[in-house]
Amino acid sequence: MFDDTRPIFLQLADSIADDVLRGVYAEEEQVPSTNELAAYMRINPATAGKALNLLVERGVLYKRRGIGMFVAPGARSLIEEERRQAFAERFITPLVAEAKSLGLSPAEIARLIDQRYAALPADPQQTSKEQQS
Amino acid sequence: MTPSSAPPAVEARALTRRYRGATALDGVTLTIERDKITGLLGRNGAGKTTLMSLITAQDRPTSGSVHVHGRDPFEQAELIEQMCFLRDNQRYPDDYKLKHAIRAARICYPNWSQETADRLIELFRIPSKPVVKKFSRGQLSALGIVLGLASRSEITFFDEPYLGLDATARHIFYDELLSEFTEHPRTIVLSTHLINEMDRLLERVIILDQGRVVRHADVEELRGDAFQVAGRAAAVEEFARDRRSLAHRTIGGLGTAVIEGSLATDDREAAEAASLEITPVSLQDLVAAYGVGAEAAAD
Repeated sequence: MFDDTRPIFLQLADSIADDVLRGVYAEEEQVPSTNELAAYMRINPATAGKALNLLVERGVLYKRRGIGMFVAPGARSLIEEERRQAFAERFITPLVAEAKSLGLSPAEIARLIDQRYAALPADPQQTSKEQQS
Repeated sequence: MTPSSAPPAVEARALTRRYRGATALDGVTLTIERDKITGLLGRNGAGKTTLMSLITAQDRPTSGSVHVHGRDPFEQAELIEQMCFLRDNQRYPDDYKLKHAIRAARICYPNWSQETADRLIELFRIPSKPVVKKFSRGQLSALGIVLGLASRSEITFFDEPYLGLDATARHIFYDELLSEFTEHPRTIVLSTHLINEMDRLLERVIILDQGRVVRHADVEELRGDAFQVAGRAAAVEEFARDRRSLAHRTIGGLGTAVIEGSLATDDREAAEAASLEITPVSLQDLVAAYGVGAEAAAD
């Protein structure tokens, strides 16, 4: 569930953000508490607390005093935007490096991407959005 | 902010313990914070058990001092009562059965929770009939865990509490440790070699080697605070030369080195330019590297 490259609280914060992005937690919905996360993940409660606080700082979650943590309105688009900005660094940079060491040209990379993109099944979320608009 | 008036759980200054010429603990100065789970890591003989014995006043330092909640614990009954130390080779009187051990603990520990003890005895399936002396290694460990958690002591020390426990029993321990800790926050110190399995339970980590503290930090700080490079021996050596290398290994023409510090962009570029492979270092690997490093330096 967690790897050794980064602190666990960062990995946990990312995984909760993933859940918000995929709609596991809707906006204004309550997320698990520090103690629930700690027990479920078998991690130190301080680590779980740090993950939740980081998401509060980033505006993904907000605190309701004495009740718990909730997904902030607009959290999904906020995470989408963060992920788009990180996309090139996380995925394109290593892809280009590997392609270069294999002698693939940018045009060949683009052709491969087009092929794979076309082979993907239609995204149900995307189609439902299009139907709504 | 916690109130600054409350002294830390444990404060050791230049704590040293020698046994007939062998130095078990060598000038250890450290603070163990209240209401946190701290891991005590290091090789066998690094001084972990000696440190716990000195803190709980079961042994006297050769020099230096230790304070518990701001006071010297030696011959302070009411301070010693607040501490619970379960040794990995904890001994019980010959005729003791489970009920005797529980009865004695209920008298010794003022915050004893019989409810926790009953629940854990059932979860671990500790037998009531045989004498404790006949217990298997795993049953002995389970009994130690029951006493440690049910004591609800202000400071609880576990010395390798998992010995002989199967995977299911270890998970019971981790779950019960966390739930006891969240419901009744207190100071817990545990020594372990099962670092890959238990590191996530910890908040603070103390790494001992040859009687000295080599690292003392938040466990999260140490995660990603070292990396390993592997490749041609000459390239590894070149790379390690102007960096802090903790452990260096060469077999034939191949080498690896564990480098302290987080991986910076220029490290990555230098490693790539030298065709070195970079891999993350787990806390277990880091502790092992500290253990190797000191010996290599002594060579």
